[in-house]
Amino acid sequence: MRDDEPMAAFSVHVEVTQRAGIADPEGATIERSLPALGFDEVTGVRVGKSIRFAVEAPDEATARVRVEDLCERFLTNPVIEDATIHLTEGVPA
Amino acid sequence: MAPKVGVLLFPGSNCEQDVVEAFSGLGAEADLIWHGDRSLGGVDAVVVPGGFAHGDYLRPGAIARFSPVMGAVTDFARSGGPVVGICNGFQVLCEAGLLPGALQKNAGLRFLCRTVTVRVASTASVLTGEVEIGTELRIPINHFSGNYTCTPEALARLKAEDQIVLRYVDNPNGSLDDIAGVRDEAGNVVGLMPHPERASSALLGSEDGRPLLASVLAASRAIA
Repeated sequence: MRDDEPMAAFSVHVEVTQRAGIADPEGATIERSLPALGFDEVTGVRVGKSIRFAVEAPDEATARVRVEDLCERFLTNPVIEDATIHLTEGVPA
Repeated sequence: MAPKVGVLLFPGSNCEQDVVEAFSGLGAEADLIWHGDRSLGGVDAVVVPGGFAHGDYLRPGAIARFSPVMGAVTDFARSGGPVVGICNGFQVLCEAGLLPGALQKNAGLRFLCRTVTVRVASTASVLTGEVEIGTELRIPINHFSGNYTCTPEALARLKAEDQIVLRYVDNPNGSLDDIAGVRDEAGNVVGLMPHPERASSALLGSEDGRPLLASVLAASRAIA
């Protein structure tokens, strides 16, 4: 990355969810309790984490690569969790 | 000379004194090592105790990996030194990449605090070198995320390489293949969810943890 490269700010929203096949006892417990409230039609409840931050990068592709690396090495445990990355240019006020 | 056992102390650890007490009762010289230290001070064995290192923020064990002492622990482990992670310490060693797999929330989503029976599945580890395969031990568990999991390939490797050290007789938390403890490929790094230090005196209701802790001391004497 060159020093004189213009940098842009990106706002990042990482959703961390349990991988397919990994038990999501919290989601299952919520789902089991819904019929008592009359929400019999709700299925597939998944509980995860939501992590938001800003990142600076010369372009969106570079920002995405950096965030993917961060997710792989720290924000998720790849044995049990998946990350979905939402990246938009600009920093929320 | 009495073997020296270093017991890591993270912000949020809460079983470190029990571990020191249990090893001292077996004739070891046990002391705490602050997580901010970069050296282990020449110990013969390292224990990562239970608790909530760094508040279990993000995931249990996830932040502890960045504590300065973990570099020294990794070097010690790679050089063959005995390293045992108990409960939260097991989670820390998995997150640090020193042990395979991960610990997810208990099936049933309950915090479990009771004495369980585990069966020794392998003696090829620093934790079980002095006990016999099939030995049943009554040891307390005290955890919310003790449900061991790994990929099917990793499980096949664990079985093929005799890396499953302890199994629950009556699986309390949904752990894959009833796993209560695993070792690394070399056998000098072990993680387990039950707390052997809480079963180290008849006054505590069980002494069944003592042979496990004694095995760690025997292994540390062997390399010293």
